Amino acid sequence: MSLFRNIVFTAVIAGLLSGLLLTIMQSFSTVPLILQAETYENAGGEEAGHSHEAAPAGAVAPAADHHDEEAWMPADGFERFIYTAAADMLAAIGFGLVLIAVSEALGGLKGWRGGLMFGIAGFLTVSLAPGLGLPPELPGMPAAELGPRQIWWISTAVCTATGLGLLAYTRSAVFAALAIVLLIAPHIVGAPLPPSHETAVPPALYARFVNAVYATNLVFWAVLGALTGMIRERFRTGEEIAARSDGELVSR
Amino acid sequence: MATKTASTAVGISSSKIIPLSMTALLGLFVVGFVGFSHMEVVHNAAHDSRHSFAFPCH
Repeated sequence: MSLFRNIVFTAVIAGLLSGLLLTIMQSFSTVPLILQAETYENAGGEEAGHSHEAAPAGAVAPAADHHDEEAWMPADGFERFIYTAAADMLAAIGFGLVLIAVSEALGGLKGWRGGLMFGIAGFLTVSLAPGLGLPPELPGMPAAELGPRQIWWISTAVCTATGLGLLAYTRSAVFAALAIVLLIAPHIVGAPLPPSHETAVPPALYARFVNAVYATNLVFWAVLGALTGMIRERFRTGEEIAARSDGELVSR
Repeated sequence: MATKTASTAVGISSSKIIPLSMTALLGLFVVGFVGFSHMEVVHNAAHDSRHSFAFPCH
């Protein structure tokens, strides 16, 4: 159990720190653009998406929403920031747990540099590869049905992670070829697309948002990876001792 | 105790399988809850985070 405990501890510390950093970066970059896009979403009366401004007024925008207007949502301002921070940190801890589990199965992180490599692989797997088919979306932008998009997103992440792992940890031509197939296949299949791309959101605003998403996520993944590598080195208490005492029992 | 010793005798990597898969599943569950849950309340709370992670949203 000491292995599980140490991994969770490492992921929680690295996740809290990198998630906090991500939230701070987002509050200067992506979140203001999301808020700006929501004004177009509401003004344009887009049928896709939902509004954060409609709820406090209590006015249900006509045909503006396929969501349940009664559902709770955080109030704009500080409350919304806190929930974004909590969601960022939780997601960061989750990503950290998976990152450490995979790295341990592949032989363990070798300090912060090894962690950084895994962090960059995480960015490629979770941000870049799924983003090639399903680019970051602003509120008020049309998109295909949620379910199929989520399935494509998850499949792409799994294929990319497997492909990168095969490239990095095997030395046979067959596996390298399989890795390339896995990396490319999701994009040949293609992501589910909306029937129309028309939106009230200005293209310049959207371009800035896409850049901001990739920039913040790259920094976040690099920091998450480097931190997990650094912290994991320091918290191995009990693991060696448990392995050694078990070994002694066997040898007796 | 006897089973634990026996599993370690096979190799350290096999003794790691259970804690590592537990860790990975816990992580996937947390990410899935924050980023992929269809519950309206979870979606609203994590809204800006989901958009900024480029998770499929709405």
